[in-house]
Order: sequence, then C-alpha cells, then structure tokens
Amino acid sequence: MLHEIWFLLIAVLWIGYFVLEGFDFGLGILLPFIGRNDGERRQLINAIGPVWDGNEVWLLVAGGATFAAFPNWYATLFSGFYLALFSILVALILRGVAFEYRGKRDSARWRLGWDWAIFIGSAVPALLWGVAFANIVAGVPIDKNMEYTGSLLTLLNPFGILGGVVTLTLFMTHGAAYIALKTEGVVRERANKLVLVIGLVAAVAAVALLGWLEAKTMVTGAAIVSVLAAVALLSALLANRLRSEGLAFVGTALAIGLAVVALFLHLYPNVMPSSTDPAFNLTVTNASSTDYTLQIMTVVAVIFTPLVLLYQGWTYWIFRKRISAARVPDAPATPGSAAHN
Amino acid sequence: MDALELARWQFGITTVYHFLFVPLTISLAFIVAGFQTAWFKTNDEKYLKLTRFYGELFLINFAMGVVTGIVQEFQFGMNWSDYSRFVGDVFGAPLAIEGLLAFFLESTFLGMWIFGWDKLPKLVHLAAIWITAVGTVLSAYFILAANAWMQHPVGYAINNTLNRAELKDIVAVLMNPTVLFAFPHVIAGAFMTGGAFVMGVAVWRLLRRPGDDAPFRIAAKVGALALLMGGVVVLGSGDQLGQQIATEQPMKLAAAEGIQTTQTQAPFSVIGLWDLNGKEIFSIKVPYVLSILATHDPNGVVQGIDNLQAQYASQYGPGDYSPIVPVTFWSFRFMIGAGSLAAVAALWFLWRMRKGRLPGRFGVAIAVALPLLPLAANSFAWIFTEMGRQPWIVYGQQLTSQGVSPSVTAAEVAATMIIFTLLYGALAVVEVGLLAKRIRGPLEEPGAGSADAADHPAPFAY
Repeated sequence: MLHEIWFLLIAVLWIGYFVLEGFDFGLGILLPFIGRNDGERRQLINAIGPVWDGNEVWLLVAGGATFAAFPNWYATLFSGFYLALFSILVALILRGVAFEYRGKRDSARWRLGWDWAIFIGSAVPALLWGVAFANIVAGVPIDKNMEYTGSLLTLLNPFGILGGVVTLTLFMTHGAAYIALKTEGVVRERANKLVLVIGLVAAVAAVALLGWLEAKTMVTGAAIVSVLAAVALLSALLANRLRSEGLAFVGTALAIGLAVVALFLHLYPNVMPSSTDPAFNLTVTNASSTDYTLQIMTVVAVIFTPLVLLYQGWTYWIFRKRISAARVPDAPATPGSAAHN
Repeated sequence: MDALELARWQFGITTVYHFLFVPLTISLAFIVAGFQTAWFKTNDEKYLKLTRFYGELFLINFAMGVVTGIVQEFQFGMNWSDYSRFVGDVFGAPLAIEGLLAFFLESTFLGMWIFGWDKLPKLVHLAAIWITAVGTVLSAYFILAANAWMQHPVGYAINNTLNRAELKDIVAVLMNPTVLFAFPHVIAGAFMTGGAFVMGVAVWRLLRRPGDDAPFRIAAKVGALALLMGGVVVLGSGDQLGQQIATEQPMKLAAAEGIQTTQTQAPFSVIGLWDLNGKEIFSIKVPYVLSILATHDPNGVVQGIDNLQAQYASQYGPGDYSPIVPVTFWSFRFMIGAGSLAAVAALWFLWRMRKGRLPGRFGVAIAVALPLLPLAANSFAWIFTEMGRQPWIVYGQQLTSQGVSPSVTAAEVAATMIIFTLLYGALAVVEVGLLAKRIRGPLEEPGAGSADAADHPAPFAY
C-alpha cells in the first residue's frame, strides 16, 4: 500500500513539474520568435519572472523523493540516462542564470546571447524529458543487477524521439497559451495564433505516442485517461479559437497532467521495466525503501505538500495581472499609460 | 584516471564551487532582511538604498547557488549509483525533506520579494525576504544532517540481504551529534563570509566612490559585526566539532595532524612537510595543543594513524584506511588561518575607521581580499572534512570505491567533468563581472529609487 502511495506521489510531483515548468519551457522556446524586440522579450520573461524558480523546485523534489522512496529507481535512472540527464542539467543551468543576468547589462549583444541561452535551455529539457519518459515506460536494457546496459543512442529510438516531440510541442502549446493569458498587446496576439498551429502538431504526436503504448500494453485505465488527455487538448484549441484564454490554458495544463497520468498507469507496477528480461524489471516493490522510511516521508508529504500548494497558489494570485509592454520596468514610460494595471 | 577517480574529482569540483555561493546566499539573505527591517522601522532612505544595493548583489549570487545546486541533487544518482542504492533509505529522506520544506519556501518567497515591491503591503514584502532567509537555513540543516550521517552514521541498521543501510530512527538521524555541531559551524561560517563581503564592499565604496558615506559606514559596521560574531561561534562550534571528530572519526583527526602513533600530550604542528607516503620530513610543533583541541586535556590521548590503521585492518579486513595526510593537514590549517585572518582584517578596519576616519593606503587591497578569506576557509573546511573521511564514503560502512556507478564509463565522467568545469569557469567570470559592475555603479540605479517608484515599480524585475 505504501509503495502505491509513493508511486502516486512521485507521479504527482512529475505532474506538478511538467504542468508548471512546461509553460516556462514553452515560453522560453517561443521567446525569440514571439518577442521581436527587447521590450517584448522582457515582457515575456517578466510574465514568468516571479514563478519560474518555484516551478523548477518541483523537479528537485521529484528527484529527492525518488531517491528517498525508490532508491534503486533513482540510481538506475540517473546513472543509466547519464548523458541525457547531464544535457538537461547544463540546459537548466544556462536558463536559470540567463533569466537573472539578462537584464544586468545594457548591451544588445549581451541580451541576445542570453535570449538564446533561454531558448536552448528550454528546448533541450522540453525535448529530453519526453525522450526519457517514453523510454522509461517502454523499457530499456537493464541487467540483473539493476544496471542500465544501453547508451545514449539506445534512448534515441523512434519511440523515444516521438516522446520528445510530444513534450516539446505540448510544452510549446502550453507556453503559448500561458503567454496569451498573461500578456497584452501584440505579443498576446502572436501567441494566440500559435496555440492552434503547434497544438495540432502536439495533438497528432500525443495521440500517436499514447496509441502506440496502448497497442503494446492494453491498459484500460490508461486508455481512458489518454482519451481524456486528447479531449482536454482539443478543448484547449477550441477555447483558444473562441478567445477564451483562461480555459485554453486550463485545457493545456489538463492535457499535460493527464498524459503523465496515462504514462504512469502504463508503467505500474513497474518503475523501470527491463527490455532485456522482465525478471529484471524495477518495480514499486524491489526498487523501494523500507516501510518505516515511506511512513515518515508520507507524514512529511501530507503536511507540507498542501502548504506548498497554498503559498505557490498565492504567488500566482498576487501576480495574476497581465503584463503589458508598458508595465515592464525601465521601458519608456508613456504618461498616463497603464502603469498600475 | 579511472571512473572512480574522475567521479571524485567531479564531486569535489562541483561541490566546492557550489559552496562558494551558498554561504553568501544564507548570510546576505539575513543581512538584506536586516536592512529592510531597519527601513521598515525608521523609514530612513539610507536603509532602503542599502537593501536594494546589497539585495541586487544577493540576487546575482543567489542565481548561481540555485543552478549549481540542481547538479548536486542529481549527481548522487549519476556518478554514485551504488552509494545511492546503499544509503537511499536513510540519506534520501533528509534530501527530499530539504526540497519540500526549504527549496519551495526559498524560491517562492524570493520570487515574491523580487517582483512584489509595489504589489505587496510593506510588511508582507518584508516578511517575504525573512521567509526566504529562514528557507536557506532550513535547507542547510537538512543537507548537513545528510552529510553528518556519512561522517557518523546513526539511527540505522545494515540489511545484508539487500546490501543496504535501513533507517531505524529518523530523530536520531536529524539529531545526530555531528549535525548539531556542524550546523552552527557552517551557518556561522556563512555569516563570516557574508559579513566580510558586506564590509569589503562598503570599505571599497568609502575609499573609491566617496559620497555615500553614511550608508556605507553602517554597512561596514554591520558586516564587521556579522563577521566577528560569526567568528566567535565558528570557534566555539569548531572546538566541539573537533572533539566529536576525535571520538567518532579518530583517523580524520590523526590525519589533520599527521600523527603516526598514539600519544598523550600530543603537539600541534604549525607547519610541516610530508613525503608522498605520509612520512614526516620536518615540522614545527607546539606541545599539548592537539591533546587540548581533541580532549580539552593537555594529557589527553590522541590516537595515531598507524595504530588506527592496524585496528581498522583487523576490523574491516586488509586495506589502507588513512586519508591523504598532506591534504588533511594543510586544508585544516588553511581553514583556520584564512578564517582568523578575516577576523584580524575586520578588526583592523574597525580600528582604522574609528570616529569617521578612513583606512590608509592598503585599505583597498584588503577590502578586496577580505571576502576571499572566509570563502577560502569554507572551501578548505569542506575539503578537510570530506577528504579526511576517506577512504570511506559512509564512515565504517561503505568505501568510496564501492559507491561509484558501475554503468558509467570513465569517458562519460571525464566528458561531463570537463564541460561542467568549463561552464562553471565561464559563469564565474560572468558573475564576478556583474558583481563588480554593480559594486562600482551608483548606489541607486536609475529608476530604482523610491521617488519615481510609480514609474518603475519593480526594481529587480528582469
């Protein structure tokens, strides 16, 4: 039972991470294209300014919780997907520093450099997380000692790459929906148009991925959730056409969350199936910590997760207003403009 | 070099580098919160200016601490997977709790502080920086509890079937005597670092950019206070930690001194030279001091490397159970030396700056050197404590050589190490450049002032 609870909690942490950092990644990828001058790019970056760092913490907690609850999963996954994870880490380093340092020098070259750091730092993890998760669910070569025996190229199989395309395009759609919801003016218009275009690509890719998996594993629950994810995404695109930006964003968030649920339903009761021999599968049982550790972690999680949701939610409430180009600090202030919107 | 050695270098490089930013983050959060509290209470503009000036320096540093911290979270799994399998049941919990309790708090409330200048009531905005500061300290406690378990494992049992350590008592792990002394030691060391930084910057400004004397004289005093009070706590907790090590990790203490045979009235070498086999060539010794440090008794017994080696060999089987003596010897002394020099420099500044005077011609050079001293002391302290634990990764339970990832090749570790090192090096140049630019710039950046706050509501926004 405790194993199931922790499998569920790890899923919740990844859902939190992908739903929240998903739009940060999407915004970062779209930054050079939707933001066509420095003012517009600052407008975009400031739209996630107060929240991106808190969103990223979901990854750190997912990692830490996996270490504590399923040490063998943590060990096999991160030593096995070594170079992929390393690339993600380098990307996240570049991106985090870029947000903070971009505005610190008044030089076009300096800012352009950091803009591309944000782009690469967002695109690489958006792609590689999908590659990683598709491979986790599909199974990778793992020997009887729980050691990964493949290489980086093993992960870049068609299914893995499809997984990468799904997360990349889903996060871009999600990011565009966020921009449309959180900004004003020309940036908002451009984002609105992109939601549909990228969203359709994401829908095709996601349906292919989840359909492929379904054909392979035939898990009824996952099939239902996959359909719901597709419905959520298509509803988001419809809401976007009707200019209901709030609903569109809720739709993309739901689509990402449900897709992660579907992946975890396919995965259970494994946490990392072995393609070498099913006897070598890492499962919620053989990868897990002791009941005592899981009990303690459960108490901590039950007390603090709602608290975190509460204060993170509060931040979103405080910064709920749309960001206009004029509202970005240091932009030439027009008298009587909406400085306090 | 094989994968093991490379993985050790990678851990050393990334961890020492990460810990250049951590102490500044911890202490500057509190010092900036202090300045903002002073502004809140007095409404005196100069405190607002100090809050924003040091606040911006704090943020430049914070970003580096955050991004290098992500690597820390994952490199246990990447390079040390067998270690992770062995300790996860015990070691994972404090790590996960650190994320859930501390990282969320820090990142969320810092975001609120950066962007909330015009959106939040003054008191709530002030609370945001205080909560951030509390978050940094909470984070330090949990990660130090995890590290303390590697130094002195408690509250666990070994499961031989599954070949892992299993948690039996979480309270024992969180109240490990080693963390109870290491925590104040590290936090006080952080305050020495932040204090030295705040004071060094303030003195430099007084000498090279006169005109803002009133705020920077306050900052210099605040920095000196943090540094010196931190120094007192570092001494006291370090003394306790030394005794802790003497009983729990006697080999580390013996190696800190390079003492070969068990003895009473053990001396402390001020300097010394060892050959590569750890045999002493010469040294200058002060009698009794090591016995006093280790046991508070000039006649106390200090165990020697040779005796401990024989004892461990019979206990754990054949093998070399001593760390690299010159590394532990020198890092221990550099730690103490650099920390003490920082305190001396702060006292010298206070004396030369009494009653509105200014320090003389060496003032600028010392102001620049001042923050580097505690930074160096921190680095040497970690090198001492981690290298002194070798060959163990978990003292008495797992050898470092048993912890490394079997599935990761030497080429992979070498490649990632080279890229991390180059990236970290480049970012260090960028970071120091930005700090220097901000330190040299006007106290109030144009647009950041409160006079035109309506037009420029979020001074720290991106």
